[in-house]
Amino acid sequence: MAKNKKSETVDKKTVIEQSNELFDFNGVWDYAPSPEGTSHVKLKERYDLYIDGKFVAPSSGKYFKTVNPATDEELAEVAYGNEQDVDKAVKAARVAYETVWSKLSAKERGKYIFRIARLMQEKARELAVVETLDAGKTIRESRDVDVPLACNHFFYYAGWADKLEYAFPNRKTQALGVAGQIIPWNFPLLMAAWKIAPALAAGNTVVLKPAETTPLTAMLLAEIIHESGLPAGVVNIVTGYGDTGAAIVNHPDVNKVAFTGSTNVGKIIQKAVAGTGKKLTLELGGKSANIIFEDAPIDQAVEGVVNGIFFNQGHVCCAGSRLFVQESVADMVIQKLKDRLDTLYVGNPLDKNTDIGAINSKAQMETILKYIEIGKNEGADIYESKCSIPKKGNFIRPTLFTDVAQSSRIAQEEIFGPVLSVQTFRTIDEVIQKANNTPFGLAAGVWTDKGSRIFNLTTKLRAGVVWANTYNKFDPTSPFGGYKESGFGREGGMHGLGAYLKFER
Amino acid sequence: MERLEILKTYKIFIGGQFPRTESGRYYSPMNKKGEALANMCLSSKKDHRNAVVAARKAFGSWSERTAFNRGQILYRIAEMLEGRKSQFVEELVKQGATAPKATAEVDLAIDRCVYYAGWCDKYQQVFSSVNPVASSHFNFSALEPMGVVGIIAPQTNSLIGLVSTILPVIAGGNSCVVLAAEQLPLCAITFAEVLATSDLPGGVVNILTGSEKELIDAFHAHMDINAVLYAGENDEHARKLEEGADCNVKRIIRYVGGLTKTTDESPYYINDFQEVKTTWHPIEHVGGATSSY
Repeated sequence: MAKNKKSETVDKKTVIEQSNELFDFNGVWDYAPSPEGTSHVKLKERYDLYIDGKFVAPSSGKYFKTVNPATDEELAEVAYGNEQDVDKAVKAARVAYETVWSKLSAKERGKYIFRIARLMQEKARELAVVETLDAGKTIRESRDVDVPLACNHFFYYAGWADKLEYAFPNRKTQALGVAGQIIPWNFPLLMAAWKIAPALAAGNTVVLKPAETTPLTAMLLAEIIHESGLPAGVVNIVTGYGDTGAAIVNHPDVNKVAFTGSTNVGKIIQKAVAGTGKKLTLELGGKSANIIFEDAPIDQAVEGVVNGIFFNQGHVCCAGSRLFVQESVADMVIQKLKDRLDTLYVGNPLDKNTDIGAINSKAQMETILKYIEIGKNEGADIYESKCSIPKKGNFIRPTLFTDVAQSSRIAQEEIFGPVLSVQTFRTIDEVIQKANNTPFGLAAGVWTDKGSRIFNLTTKLRAGVVWANTYNKFDPTSPFGGYKESGFGREGGMHGLGAYLKFER
Repeated sequence: MERLEILKTYKIFIGGQFPRTESGRYYSPMNKKGEALANMCLSSKKDHRNAVVAARKAFGSWSERTAFNRGQILYRIAEMLEGRKSQFVEELVKQGATAPKATAEVDLAIDRCVYYAGWCDKYQQVFSSVNPVASSHFNFSALEPMGVVGIIAPQTNSLIGLVSTILPVIAGGNSCVVLAAEQLPLCAITFAEVLATSDLPGGVVNILTGSEKELIDAFHAHMDINAVLYAGENDEHARKLEEGADCNVKRIIRYVGGLTKTTDESPYYINDFQEVKTTWHPIEHVGGATSSY
């Protein structure tokens, strides 16, 4: 032991000496490329709809292309499902619910879900690579966050299937029937897991529509579900555009609508579902506050703010897009943030060194660039990272605005991109008021060394999730969802089951 | 000479005060025999707005009261109600109930107040959770009130429906704006007098009388109402509420059946007007230390 220790110190010293020669610590580090291999991934040229346990062509015969946003290369063709296809899927889900799934014992139901979780774990690497190719998110994120969380979500809810009576004391629960689910493009596989796993555990059957720019991992999930032997029709996946989603929402035989996406579309769905008796949960947009107090561990906080807004290119509904810094440390924090921005790697999402990948689509890129212009025109000070970005594909430099007014659109509206607006505050009362001054209420972050202050703020911030000295943390056991215009209902944890059950009092 | 009876002027209840409707309008609901009950305030949209302002103002301090204190105040409501029992029975009879039925309804209403008083400091324990996340965090989900709740009380009864909708909402720390039963409004205003003498802070409960048809749009269109409880019987109105709720993603919850049964009470009625908040609190993680001390 002692011997080892000695040699270790020697090695460390030489390494440091060597590195002083190799690296210029005053400049930006450069890494050798380290791309994740894609040879083990075999994408099909064309993906069909998954309805009633079969992969079937869309009734219109139409397909649309899905591209890699980092290279603009076409990845595959995907079926464009229409009203007729949705009707077929809902009918299959209804039959599966009536004849198979509701008849099955809860224990057996759970075992199917466990099996799906295991198969996903076995194919985790393939899922991660395809997620990165299709969505533009970094491989580090797909590999370490999205895919494991998705697997774990299935694993978590699998265990609930035969334990529902413990979640709702003194109440009889019952499945709703057919759940229509529409998911966004920012966490394609993870959102599919958040939707499908609790729905199945609660005893429902499912018709799911992935986002049009990111349908591939949902189709790989369909293949996994098929491989698991899940009875035909229990899960149906219909790819397409907004009209495909509308067909699901408006289908008269759907008992439950679950939607994750923008507040604007959420409001349209709330109106569409009115008076139908369909149960509805909405997980919508946000403009979440990340608050740094002067006693916070500043370096850790800066790292957390960077993670809060630049994680997944800022395509996160709970992104910490409004930073509030206590005045006494504002200059230091902003300087550190700018320095950190310059060291972020923007580029090939498949490269394991990359911090920020590609913007998901051309349309989203335009939206973000529009907001950057708005910020400038409103008089805020812009700082963009000096990093280089690839010429091809959709890339935006991490950006922050200082001197942002509370009324500014970049402080009020969801941008859904790598753009941070920074404001300052003096007192706790002031920051609580500013943080709550938004129609949204999804999440918030608090950075302080003081535990009692954390609990004070977590009770006063009107948001569904509050992170203290961390940000963008997710866990299958942890309920997630918003207040106010960020939607209603929770996903994850015991509370997430309520969205897929009806109760007899 | 016979003494001339003093008739009660029924007014509305906003911010702990009893103003007349700002509109100066009235309506005269009739009982089954065709006798006019009283001249009731025909509340306007402006009254509704004033009530929402009062409710929002009261929300902060009410929701921050200790759960124990809220329980004390709700129990006080039961005490005050008990003391005025005969007055409520009288009004119910005037509105058309038989004396035994009226007595039963008042008894049930009082007991329901006691029931929810007891829940004030318990439902949190039933519905909260500590979540075993796979990281070094103490993660818990607790309930918080939604904010200002609009309540359209059951139209088929006067007192028990009112109590059954208001009590779970305020037990959970919300404030509310209530529209009483249009044709059976007497008890609602007398109940407001009970509330006004129960240490309940002004503005936590605001009660309007008037037309559901006229005010239904105000309930879904007001941007500072967080949720609406519809306990009326009109499907068209329920649909209107749900359709209009998109302006600020209001939560619309509907109860049917008037809540008149002895079983129409549960902590799930409180839960319906709660948000789930999840907090991730860091746990210091010192290398080397294990739990096998």
